[in-house]
Amino acid sequence: MSAPERSADPRRPPTLLVVLAGVGIAFFAVPLIGLVGRVPWANLPELLSSAVVVDAFRLSMVASVAATAIALVLGIPLAWILARVEFPGRALVRGMVTLPLVLPPVVGGAALLFALGRRGLLGEVVYEATGLLLPFSTWGVIVATTFVAMPFMVITVEGALRGLDLRYEGVASTLGAGRWTVLRKVTLPMIGPSILSGVVLTWARAFGEFGATITFAGNLQGETQTLPLAVFVTLESDRDAAVAVSLLMVVVSLVVLIALRDRWWRSW
Amino acid sequence: MKRLPISACAPLLLVSLMACTGQSNPRVLVSAAASLTDVFAEIESVYEDIHPGVDVILNFGGSSALREQILEGAPVDVFASANRENMDAIVESGLLDEDPVVFARNLLQIAVPVGNPGGVTGLTDLANEELLIGLCAAEVPCGHLARQVLAAADVTAAIDTNEPDVRALLTKIEVGELDAGIVYVTDVASTDGAVDGVDLPEEDNVVAEYPIAVIGESNPERAADFVEFVLSDTGRAILTDHGFSTP
Repeated sequence: MSAPERSADPRRPPTLLVVLAGVGIAFFAVPLIGLVGRVPWANLPELLSSAVVVDAFRLSMVASVAATAIALVLGIPLAWILARVEFPGRALVRGMVTLPLVLPPVVGGAALLFALGRRGLLGEVVYEATGLLLPFSTWGVIVATTFVAMPFMVITVEGALRGLDLRYEGVASTLGAGRWTVLRKVTLPMIGPSILSGVVLTWARAFGEFGATITFAGNLQGETQTLPLAVFVTLESDRDAAVAVSLLMVVVSLVVLIALRDRWWRSW
Repeated sequence: MKRLPISACAPLLLVSLMACTGQSNPRVLVSAAASLTDVFAEIESVYEDIHPGVDVILNFGGSSALREQILEGAPVDVFASANRENMDAIVESGLLDEDPVVFARNLLQIAVPVGNPGGVTGLTDLANEELLIGLCAAEVPCGHLARQVLAAADVTAAIDTNEPDVRALLTKIEVGELDAGIVYVTDVASTDGAVDGVDLPEEDNVVAEYPIAVIGESNPERAADFVEFVLSDTGRAILTDHGFSTP
């Protein structure tokens, strides 16, 4: 998904375009300003160091990093297959993989519950055999966030693979490189920036995941209560704390999105 | 079940705000506690039968979430809360012209999946670490009351999840993912046998009171008429049908 660099183009954009873009910017900026306007700056350190917030932050970090790692291990091969291998039902598979992007996360969470819960299709078998239970555990949080976030990795990497000139890999194999070597030494480095974009998007989506998590994994401090869940629950009792946590999420996410994504896109 | 989430009338979006207000409005937007889901759905349909052309729009959620929406300016005409505290916050904000009225009372019960696989017989079983136990979050009325009941019985529950509202909790019990949870008597009744109820001893139980009030000035007559209907004999009969007691 690497955007071509055209910013050097001297032509001025039409006024209407600038106005509409301005409205577009305001659409995203105004809610942020509204949030920042409510931040209780004086109590911020105190609010952010409460046990609830510290636990939730730790859990959010664990779950989002784990989800990103799983997305790397499973998502890149999946993207490769979707981009390069023609097989019957490929459109269906691609649709299924992208479905979590458009599905309400609550629906995803419910589906996970019916499949992997204690009474679920697969969950029941696993539970009977091993006693392992995903709902109401940190593993459940990781599963729910991965389900919602991994599609970002798949579509980003698949797009990059499709845009890749196959001749480079062709040359490598005519020079005697095996398929695995070509993948490691040629393909992956060439789509590196896209993989990094995928990592950033996947992580950011996982970090903000709410609906699938609360539906599938429940909400318990230290076990399954991530930052978004903490915001949702504290919004009902302590608005200052909720706003403080929201600010924390905005800042962390924004830093990651700007720092990592922009740096790579510029160098690309 | 959830009709028109309040976000469809989100205060920030001018366009939808215009769609949600307007003069001589035949629409009444009612924000009601999640535990009123079924009974208010029936009240809505009976009320709309009597008043053709009037459209009652129900917005269900945890009482505290509904309170926040109202305090943030959601164009709500009627608020039916599952406890006094959330209504009091609205009273203090000065949004009410008239005092809220208690229209229903409710008791708590332990809900278990059909057949009671966890073998739950009373509050003390909720302390069992082996069982999967859920409560409503402490911030919503059913969670607040459940904690009162547990504290009074001197039981420390082995909680596995704090659900954001009573329906979310009930669903997890219904599908058998939780072994037990504390909900309202009326919630167990509303599932038509999809969960079983375990009664609490009378001395351990607490009474939940549901206040209702007209909010704001966008549609006061229509809103007052709806509140009157809830308090009428017909309204009370519907409430009693669903397991509530009425004042």
